[in-house]
Amino acid sequence: MRSIISILLLAFIAWGIVTVIGEIPFGTEKSRVGGHYVDQGREETGASNIVTSVVLNYRGFDTLGEVTVLFVAAIGLGAALATRRKKEKREIEPASLVLYTGCRFLFPLILLFGGYIFIHGHLTPGGGFQGGAIVASAFILVYLGCRGRRISETVSKTIESLGGLVFVVVGLVGLAVGGHYFLLNFLPKGELNTLFSAGIIPILYIAIGFKVGSELAGVIDHLMEESE
Amino acid sequence: MILVVSLLVLVMLLAAIAAFFFKDLMSAVIAACMVSLIASILFYFLQAPDVAMAEASIGAALVTAVFIVAIRRTERYEK
Repeated sequence: MRSIISILLLAFIAWGIVTVIGEIPFGTEKSRVGGHYVDQGREETGASNIVTSVVLNYRGFDTLGEVTVLFVAAIGLGAALATRRKKEKREIEPASLVLYTGCRFLFPLILLFGGYIFIHGHLTPGGGFQGGAIVASAFILVYLGCRGRRISETVSKTIESLGGLVFVVVGLVGLAVGGHYFLLNFLPKGELNTLFSAGIIPILYIAIGFKVGSELAGVIDHLMEESE
Repeated sequence: MILVVSLLVLVMLLAAIAAFFFKDLMSAVIAACMVSLIASILFYFLQAPDVAMAEASIGAALVTAVFIVAIRRTERYEK
């Protein structure tokens, strides 16, 4: 009986999806705003990566919401895990020499790559979220490979809070200077395709990169703490 | 080009099915990681390098690490 109901439900959902998607014409332009971004985005924001100009300039307020969601998720995980922390510390088996040396060799290279991704977010594909995730994956490598090494929790919390603070303060300064909307691009746009261009976008992406990196590394750190 | 993409999709499907049937959960996690990795390559072919980067770093690295930590806390073999 239960399986019949679930099959019927699945068929109903499939029918709904097929009818809705069948209504939408494939490949045609549904709104004019996308064309405007592609045509005018470079002149209006100064960022040569159009995805970045949409994420941080046209839709900057949404990005603040995204960053807040990630922040709340990390806080919630920390709160859920902090209540049942173990007291005693178990002996940690040391990693083999090859693994240990490999991790220590790869760690700065991955950090450098992540930093490159989020500093060049307005020029090349990628940005704060991707670069932050790459930075966090470097910390995971160290956590899994060289056991017993930890980043200080105070440092990671400070970096995380500073990242969020920079984002909000830059947005409020834009609001105060321009007076039109939050996250106004008040700095000079500079020359297209150079590192110091696009006004506030590189500052915001560096802040997001540090914030996301420390947040995701902190999440893994909490989980690892529990597993020992 | 179409041949490479279809081969990648085939491998991705096989990895997804393997992740479902593995009794060793560590192998299942690695197979799921492979699905994410191939998805990121496909995103790159579809000219979405931003998404490809996010998929590779989050789907393949971070989620796999979280699963490995979870397996270490529980049991490795499915009963």
